[in-house]
Amino acid sequence: MSEPLERPDTAHRPRWRETLSVLLKNRLAAVGLLALLGLVVVALLAGVLTRYGINEQDVANRFAAPSADHWFGTDELGRDIYSRVLMGSRVSLQVGAIAVGISLIAGTLLGLVSGYRGGWLDAILMRTMDVLFAFPVVLLAIALVAVFGPSLRNTMIAIGVVFTPIFARVVRGSVLSVRENLYIRAVRSLGASDLRIVLRHVLPNVAAPVIVQTSLSLAFAILLEAALSYLGVGVQPPEPAWGLMLSDAQRYMEQGWWLSVFPGLAIFVTVMAFNLVGDGLRDALDPQQRSIIESRGVGGDA
Amino acid sequence: MAPGMPDESSAAAVLTVDHLDVRFATKRGVAHVVRDLSYQLHAGETLAILGESGSGKSVSTLALTKLIPIPPGRVAGHVRIGDHDLVAMAEKELLGYRGARIGYVFQDPMTSLNPVHPIGRQVTEGMRFHLGVSEREARERTVDLLRQVGIPDAEKRLDDYPHQFSGGMRQRVVIAIGLSCHPDVLVADEATTALDVTTQAQIVELVGRLQDEIGMAVIWITHDLGVVAGIADRVLVMYAGEVVEEAPVDLLYATPRHPYTLGLMSSLPVLGDLERRELAAIPGMPPTPLALPPGCGFHPRCAYRSDPRCEAEHPALVEVEPGHRVRSFYEVPESDARAAAAAGRIDIEPPDAADRSAAS
Amino acid sequence: MAGYVARRVGQAVLALLGVSIVVFALIHLVPGDPVRTALGTRFDPDIYEALVARAGLDQPLVVQYVDWLARAIQGDLGVSFRTGQPVSTALVQRLPATAVLALGALLVGLVIALPVGIVSAVRQGKPIDYAANTFAQFGVSVPDFWYGILLILVFAQTLGWLPPSGYVSPLEDPVEALRRLTLPAVTAGVVSGAILTRFVRSSVLEAMNAEHVRLARAKGLPHRYVLRHHVLRNAWIPVVTIIGLQLGTLLGGIVVVEVLFAWNGIGRLALDAVVRRDYPVLQGAVLLIAGLFLLINLVVDLLYAKLDPRISVGTAATT
Repeated sequence: MSEPLERPDTAHRPRWRETLSVLLKNRLAAVGLLALLGLVVVALLAGVLTRYGINEQDVANRFAAPSADHWFGTDELGRDIYSRVLMGSRVSLQVGAIAVGISLIAGTLLGLVSGYRGGWLDAILMRTMDVLFAFPVVLLAIALVAVFGPSLRNTMIAIGVVFTPIFARVVRGSVLSVRENLYIRAVRSLGASDLRIVLRHVLPNVAAPVIVQTSLSLAFAILLEAALSYLGVGVQPPEPAWGLMLSDAQRYMEQGWWLSVFPGLAIFVTVMAFNLVGDGLRDALDPQQRSIIESRGVGGDA
Repeated sequence: MAPGMPDESSAAAVLTVDHLDVRFATKRGVAHVVRDLSYQLHAGETLAILGESGSGKSVSTLALTKLIPIPPGRVAGHVRIGDHDLVAMAEKELLGYRGARIGYVFQDPMTSLNPVHPIGRQVTEGMRFHLGVSEREARERTVDLLRQVGIPDAEKRLDDYPHQFSGGMRQRVVIAIGLSCHPDVLVADEATTALDVTTQAQIVELVGRLQDEIGMAVIWITHDLGVVAGIADRVLVMYAGEVVEEAPVDLLYATPRHPYTLGLMSSLPVLGDLERRELAAIPGMPPTPLALPPGCGFHPRCAYRSDPRCEAEHPALVEVEPGHRVRSFYEVPESDARAAAAAGRIDIEPPDAADRSAAS
Repeated sequence: MAGYVARRVGQAVLALLGVSIVVFALIHLVPGDPVRTALGTRFDPDIYEALVARAGLDQPLVVQYVDWLARAIQGDLGVSFRTGQPVSTALVQRLPATAVLALGALLVGLVIALPVGIVSAVRQGKPIDYAANTFAQFGVSVPDFWYGILLILVFAQTLGWLPPSGYVSPLEDPVEALRRLTLPAVTAGVVSGAILTRFVRSSVLEAMNAEHVRLARAKGLPHRYVLRHHVLRNAWIPVVTIIGLQLGTLLGGIVVVEVLFAWNGIGRLALDAVVRRDYPVLQGAVLLIAGLFLLINLVVDLLYAKLDPRISVGTAATT
């Protein structure tokens, strides 16, 4: 669908606000957004909100059920689970942000170059992405960790690498659809340099799908980090990673349900929040869906 | 006989539409899409419903067999075939009328046909349900039908898929489907709009010929004056959900009386126009069915708006000459009417010509 | 069609080649000496020498790759640094467990997704649609290992109905195998089901809103007939492809579930290999899973081409 000589939307401010208002009309997405804000607040204030040190052991009090003293109970070393869960939010958000940041930047660059240049460069890059796609995500991540050793830093890098192909694909698709836009061709014929075209005209159009993908990838990154930690190849003890806490919980399952429930709940709520926002963004940024939502003003559509 | 109808010969009235009213409930209010529509259709007759998008022309024919989604939509009035009123009928009974008594041909042959079924099957399935024939019998009839609509090698092509046919051929298949159960009425909704001009002419000619052969009534929905001139016996001009002018085709083209009809005819570009006049478009946009203007529906765009009643009162259909009714407070002078018709320069055979030929 | 098949197979082979290069490269990206890392601090120099020679690590890179590839094609994937056992033997031993789990999970997922997705689409906008959508959101967001732990907590520990771990071959003891399979399959299957539900729903919705459905209704065909032959018949083509893709994804993603339920499949093998730095085993496992994924994708694409007449029949005669 080509719009004759219609300038792609590069004015961000009014559009940003408009998108936000459409997003908020979607009840589920609004809830997600609220949860995310709460999460960020918790992560930032975790140091203040915790009631005990995360490694403060109280062996006499191990496996204590939830009580006024220990809201989420204690674990096998008597550590306060509530405090550890709160601090765990920092680990998760940090890993998520950095990992997705890596893949976002790398993937966008690859996608831009690949989509805009085309030709053999595109062919090679895309074949490489295809190969990376052939590896199941978890397996690839653990393979990378196997090579470089398990640590917080390597987990972030591994997840970043694993997610790069999807950003590359999304960006490339977007670039391809805009590249043949009449407007771009006009500007190009006027002699604008490729770099300028890419930065000023192509990039803004790519923004929408990338934003959506970022939110969804954040959700998956946090899930993946938790899985890797659970498997023992992600974040290492004594860091309070939620996945690690779950693997301990499984070992001591008979000692108490609270060991498993709270860390898992934290992961679930976080991931769900990112997913809801991502879905809501997708609906809000897609012009067709937009009008449906505006006239309905109801909770999101799958 | 429905009350309030003009005193036309009701002999063999195949379809009687009586005060048909269609509304849709939406979050933004009630959309009044079809307002107080009434007409009669006789065997062998071709009625053209002329109007632009949003005039309610398509919905009015879909509503005949309640093919619109009914919870948001509501149909009131009467639609009579034989002794039965379709509006009052339950869904189960209506199934027996769709396709069997009223057949449909839609606009886009690319999407009307299911890409994963062979075309033969798409013709036979209706027959098997309505006529209760065997598969063998249905296939034979289909071959005949396909031949009738002009598809070469019909027998071999029964099991071909829609994508193996060109657009014109696909539309012929859709027409075959429409005819397959010998309906009393065939509704052709913009049936040629998606086709190129040559194919358009062929399809129009085909439907006309078939109609003569079978004696079926046809409702042709279109926005194309050329098509109307070529095939219609009578014309209903619709605007904002209601009929604004109704006339036999030759009268309509000789002296259109409603400002909207005049506008439509004047806006046709003319080949070989030596004066190089500007294209006259009707200013403004048709009203949305959610917010119809008070009084006459057309008054905001009407060039002849003069009577104070135009804004306040809703005009009724008034007969200006036998068979010719207009919904307007203003009587367009005959000279203007003739001028507009001449501007449109649509050549019409006088009413007593025996054959109809496609518009050039 | 034949052209399409040839092209697609060619693509798959190329991708497989690419995969093999990545897998091969894994062992060489390891900082330091992989064999020494695997063997730990105390090791027998002879064993060390033998392993290095066996893994061909003393040869130039390209030679190594070619050798490795040649042997891999014949089924020789090297030997484990830890047990000395041929990797392929270990893989073959463990494959059935993973396959059984993957199929079980897929079945659970389909049993959930097909009815829920279809009903959700047919009754779009009504309460059941929102309920289904919410369930799908939950299912996609919940970490499968947490969900599995909760299931074990409830069904194995508290209620004692089902065993919490261990794979038993259905060939040995069908009943016990089924009991063992239940919790893991449900764990992996619910997540799978959530993903599939959304997809089934959108496929059916798209099919329902297609123009040809309008004409089918205008023919006076009964609603159930239209649903079956003009909606579902069109919707299930994309659904079949997504099912295939899900199967492929399950194969790889099952690592976590396998570890959770002490299921002796390839995933668990791979994880153990990671922990023990047993690179040949890791390489073999990754190669196998990625290869299966590519194979399944290929089959799915070919199946799609066969089911959609627009591709399989082509534009033979266009009048």
